[in-house]
Amino acid sequence: MIYKTEIRGPLIQGDKSFSQISREILAPIDAKTPLWWYFAMATSLGMLGFGLYCIYLTLATGIGSWGLNNSIGWGWAIVNFVWWIGIGHAGTAFSIFLLILRQQWRTAINRAAEAMTVVAVMCAGLFPLLHMGRPWLFFYIFPYPNTRGPLWVNFNSPLFWDFVAITAYILISASFWYFGMVPDFATIRDTTKSKIKKAVYGFFAFGWTGSSKEWLRYEGLSFVLGGIAAVLVVSVHSIVSTDFAVGVIPGWHTTIFPPYFVIGAIFSGFAMVLTLVTIMRGAYKMHDFVTDSHIDAVCRVLIFISLIMGTAYMTEIFIAWYSGSIYEYSIIFESRMFGDYAFQFWAMFTANAVIPQLFWFKAVRKRIMIVFLISIIINIGMWFERFNIVITSLSRDYLPANWANYSPSWVEVGIFVGTLGLFTAGVLMFFRYIPMIAISEVKSVAKYNKPQTNHQSGHHE
Amino acid sequence: MENKYWRSLEERNDPVSFRKNEIRAEYEHKKSVIKGESGSSRRDFLKAFGFTIGGTAILASCKRPVEKAIPYLIKPEEVTPGMANYYASTFYEGNEYCSILVKVRDGRPIKIEGNDLSPVSRKGTSAKVQASVLNLYDDARYKGPLKNNEPVTWENLDKEIVEALNQLNAENSKVVFLTSTVISPTFREVIAGLQATYPNIEWVQYDAVPASGMLTAAKESFGSALIPDYHFDKANVIVSFNADFLGTWLSPVEYTKKYSSGRDLKTGRRMSRHYQLEAHMSVSGANADIRIPMKPSQESSALADLYHELLQLGGTATESGKSGISELATVAKDLWENKGQGIVVSGSNRKEDQLIVNAINHILENNGSTITFDRPLLTRQSTDETMEHFIQELTGGNLGGVIFYEVNPVYDHPGGSRISDALKNVSLSVSLADRPDETSSLCRYIATGSHYLENWGDAEPKKGLYSLMQPVIQPLFDSRQPEETLLRWSGNSIRYYDFLREFWRAELYSRQSAFSDFNSFWNDTLQKGVYEVPAETPGLTYNDQGLSSALQLASPATDNWELVLYETVALGNGKYANNPWLQELPDPMAKISWDNFVSVPVEWAEANGVANESVILVNGIEMPVFVQPGQADKTLAVAIGYGRTEAGKTGNNIGFNVFPLVQVVSGNRQFWLPGVTVETTAKTYPLALSQTHHSMEGRPIAREATFAEWQLNPASGNELREDHIKHATTLYEKPNYPGHHWGLAIDLNACTGCGNCTISCQVENNIPVIGKEQVRNRRIMHWIRIDRYYSGKPQNPNVSFQPVMCQQCDNAPCENVCPVAATPHSDEGLNQMAYNRCVGTRYCLNNCPYRVRRFNWLQFVKNDKFDYHTNSDLGRMVLNPDVTVRSRGVVEKCTFCVQRIQDKKQTAKIEGRPLRDGEIEPACVQSCPSSALVFGDMNDNTSQVFRLIGKTTDPEIPGDPRNYHLLEELHTLPSVGYLTKIRNTNT
Repeated sequence: MIYKTEIRGPLIQGDKSFSQISREILAPIDAKTPLWWYFAMATSLGMLGFGLYCIYLTLATGIGSWGLNNSIGWGWAIVNFVWWIGIGHAGTAFSIFLLILRQQWRTAINRAAEAMTVVAVMCAGLFPLLHMGRPWLFFYIFPYPNTRGPLWVNFNSPLFWDFVAITAYILISASFWYFGMVPDFATIRDTTKSKIKKAVYGFFAFGWTGSSKEWLRYEGLSFVLGGIAAVLVVSVHSIVSTDFAVGVIPGWHTTIFPPYFVIGAIFSGFAMVLTLVTIMRGAYKMHDFVTDSHIDAVCRVLIFISLIMGTAYMTEIFIAWYSGSIYEYSIIFESRMFGDYAFQFWAMFTANAVIPQLFWFKAVRKRIMIVFLISIIINIGMWFERFNIVITSLSRDYLPANWANYSPSWVEVGIFVGTLGLFTAGVLMFFRYIPMIAISEVKSVAKYNKPQTNHQSGHHE
Repeated sequence: MENKYWRSLEERNDPVSFRKNEIRAEYEHKKSVIKGESGSSRRDFLKAFGFTIGGTAILASCKRPVEKAIPYLIKPEEVTPGMANYYASTFYEGNEYCSILVKVRDGRPIKIEGNDLSPVSRKGTSAKVQASVLNLYDDARYKGPLKNNEPVTWENLDKEIVEALNQLNAENSKVVFLTSTVISPTFREVIAGLQATYPNIEWVQYDAVPASGMLTAAKESFGSALIPDYHFDKANVIVSFNADFLGTWLSPVEYTKKYSSGRDLKTGRRMSRHYQLEAHMSVSGANADIRIPMKPSQESSALADLYHELLQLGGTATESGKSGISELATVAKDLWENKGQGIVVSGSNRKEDQLIVNAINHILENNGSTITFDRPLLTRQSTDETMEHFIQELTGGNLGGVIFYEVNPVYDHPGGSRISDALKNVSLSVSLADRPDETSSLCRYIATGSHYLENWGDAEPKKGLYSLMQPVIQPLFDSRQPEETLLRWSGNSIRYYDFLREFWRAELYSRQSAFSDFNSFWNDTLQKGVYEVPAETPGLTYNDQGLSSALQLASPATDNWELVLYETVALGNGKYANNPWLQELPDPMAKISWDNFVSVPVEWAEANGVANESVILVNGIEMPVFVQPGQADKTLAVAIGYGRTEAGKTGNNIGFNVFPLVQVVSGNRQFWLPGVTVETTAKTYPLALSQTHHSMEGRPIAREATFAEWQLNPASGNELREDHIKHATTLYEKPNYPGHHWGLAIDLNACTGCGNCTISCQVENNIPVIGKEQVRNRRIMHWIRIDRYYSGKPQNPNVSFQPVMCQQCDNAPCENVCPVAATPHSDEGLNQMAYNRCVGTRYCLNNCPYRVRRFNWLQFVKNDKFDYHTNSDLGRMVLNPDVTVRSRGVVEKCTFCVQRIQDKKQTAKIEGRPLRDGEIEPACVQSCPSSALVFGDMNDNTSQVFRLIGKTTDPEIPGDPRNYHLLEELHTLPSVGYLTKIRNTNT
């Protein structure tokens, strides 16, 4: 009943009937593939191809093809890993937290957000594997019984926690995403005219008939997966943050990291959702489903998170001074803020803590192009945040004799470009083959504004 | 109207079902056909079977080549496979002498160690000595005798050369035998024999970097051309004018040993004060208590000033102050107060400068106490005069032949191009070199010599101190040691080994009484490697001949730019340019590998917008810049020994050759240039710097105090230690090591930063060479590096050296972050690396606050891109079989030479006794020329290391008051302790 308030406007516009909703959302799947899609897909695959070539180079010659050195053992690979994982947080965070908060407006966006999560986590997952010196022995980090003693993994190592957390996260978020799509796949199966689609979507629909029993189980499964995922959202990035927080390196060894990372992840994830949704809305004319008020709501959330980010930055700066540790002080003040990496620091600070404050103005929130632009800026800012954490700390640590600077080689950049290609290709596939808005869920919120179906919505809780 | 045709009645009656039937029939037919085709027949089976068997047979026959390990049929008595043998021998190349022990594993020499029995090198070695073992396995070596670059047999070569020598002798045409200084008495005898056979042969000695000025000055002052014996250990005040006696001057290993023992606060309470006046920051300057920047042109007047100051202190009124170096008054006062306990040396090759030095040491009464003449140094005996004479004769066409041995004047003499031109017109040119160089490649005959590890020989580095050289491997190639060759040419058929023995029997055995038969004398000496005959005091008296004119000649400094040409610790005179270890050893001061460069003063660089890697024009020659703190104003410095063109693939065209810039001034080579022009350019040139930040940023990393402070409180400069101990707390159990607990003490006051440990470690632990580009990428693989920090004024800074290797932390940050547990802790306190287990996440590398972990970024072994010794079968023979060769993608680091620890533990166990303190010596510790490193068991209360660093697991036992641990506040509990540096600066 919470959503049945008159304060908010209608969650979808256009007074659509159920069949109209199905038709409109499924239109891109049934329609002929637009030309821009081919163009975008070709570009994405080109980027991916270049990335694969760079991966080949890395595997064939070694990590030496990157710009790392004796002082800076982690570079773009880990920056990108954390960045993608952060982006991958949005989908689940969106679905879970807004579900818990009974924010029904999420229904128009959560599918896209979850799809993004799955693709982003796939991109992220590439990096820990690739950055290994001997990736062909990656299975050494599986705790499996073996004949070497048995020799177990080091359960104390944050990298092992990482491995567990990310594996769990991708499994749960992919399942959550997929099971959420089952009713929609059934809808496609039942409405499409193409036999191939019928067969394929029919397969993925898992024999869904829409019976009450099925709905009951469906809700139950969503609840369980959602419950697990809610924990994971918090745990995954907390654990990623321990990669750094457990270290002794000044700039890494910080207790603020777990919440700071989780918030940062949600921040970048929401920004990426915003980016994606504005594109989706524009490209597929989904204005009725993804309304201006959706955009507005995400913008408001971003203001809030941005303020937390700013607080976190200021806390780091304050603690660096207050701790009295010369090493911390040097990292924050002499390296990050006013040193060789000042550009990266201030790019981060401006993009994440200052620019999102523009969302206080309704005029800004209303202009989709500006919103889109700011969402991109936040994504870039969050990338710089990870760069700041990973690289500046390593480049100016305890012994000045070891101080070194780092710049990526083109191979590292290429791998990042490759994951961007993978991400966009994945998103394009999603646009093309999967209902980009959760039809069944949107229907549940569409009922509410229709007087004749008022009583029905009461059932649905 | 369209006509409907039908094929049969069935179709006409029911076209639809007919079509259906037809399609079905066709489908069935095709299906059966397809089925029939795909069904394997007996023939198909046989075909497949045959192909498979054939393919398997072919594949199986392409197996990897079998490498057979053939056991000994009759095992030599002293060789046990897997057990190393040590043989005493002698290193003498490039005017550097060292008594050494050669470690031989399974017939291959793989490591050089210092010989503690030697009274000269006293267990110390230098980086060059350590690296010399690799020269044995150098692909560039001549594989056999050559004539006009074509292989010939030794018979033919000997025949032709003997004929040519006889003919030249008959024509009375002069032949010059040009060698570097020969310190082998037996070799001298061989040369005498050669000259007896061919009276037309003249023997000329020539050294790339001479001591000609010293020798000629000593001849005038003392009546004998000798280099006296400097007792840096006995001196209270050491004043060095531009003589880098800790790095490259005359006998650096010997001097470093003595110098550090005169300043050893681990055992004593005495410390010499060291003044260094120099233009370029040398290793000695970096270690000096007081360093005074001085232009090379100021040296003469500075020496004269010092002389006059001393005269004034002695009561004679004279004038002083020509040089404008005001500090000289205090130097003189200090010397005067320590009369008879000072040493003044000068690196100048001018006779006049050395005459003043002799006079100064005379009036200070140092001669006879800290400077003695009973054991003069014999490693540099050439005078420039004879060389100039040789060049005149050669270029004048007066020579019928030249035989070169251990010299490369085409490269390292300023008249090199004249020599190379003239050499073409000489009828007989022979080189006895073992590998190509700029001179030998111009010679008609190459009578290929052997590497010193393949040779018999002896040496007399200082008068009356002998040592023997013995072969530790059969010659790898068709080479013959030069002594043998010369014996053949002299018509003497005796083997050199017998000749050597006979010589020793006649010359040395007869002069002793400890042994009653020669064989036991010989075997004993061979085992020890060294032999000493009592010193004779030569009774030289000083006279001031030439002094007054020398003092008059001492002209005031000019205001022009001056360029200093200096030797580096790694490459010396360039003889070892093809040695990748030495090329990659960072220069102790600049921390640059794989290049020479011009050092410029800081103020000038800042004023002119010149930075590291800028290119400037010096006398029109493009040179990459390194901005060197402490470089004297208006001076530049470039290293000699670079820019070889015929050294081999590693050493060719590395840097640029500045030997041609050396000037011959009044008969002596002068290793600096006055009045050079300097122009800036917009160009840059990449330099491989392995350290780019030079300040400690106020962090308590390399701690120091002054001698006066130390005398009052030995914990001076180390006050933080107490604080750290007080604040050290943990939730976890204290680590406990019931057996051994290995520890290493590093005396920062002793370490001179020479780099011997780095190379020693590299040889011992199979550390790869990665080349300039990768060093520049800050990926140098050395397990022990020497951090160099500057403090104070950039114009004349204080320097701190700090060797850093794995600190073997008992609470190691690297260990708990490895996801695959590849780096566990041993129950003897060692931080271990399991290479097999490492997947290369590099988390350990990031989490090491000391940054001592090294990652194999690329495949450095058997990779054409890293075409150094590990890329050739020959070069890989130097690898230590006790240490794994790491593959690409794994992390490695210092292990405290765990293979040596295990070896000695086994020995002790077999012998049924506890380990003795000092028995285990990691590679860095073993040959440290300044004895800065002490290794041992911290659980042994009687051990030296316990006395110095205490027990690191117990804060109640903190060791020496000077001891501290690097970054102790992180509670990493390192097993390496550093002892503070003490500067004796209280003037």
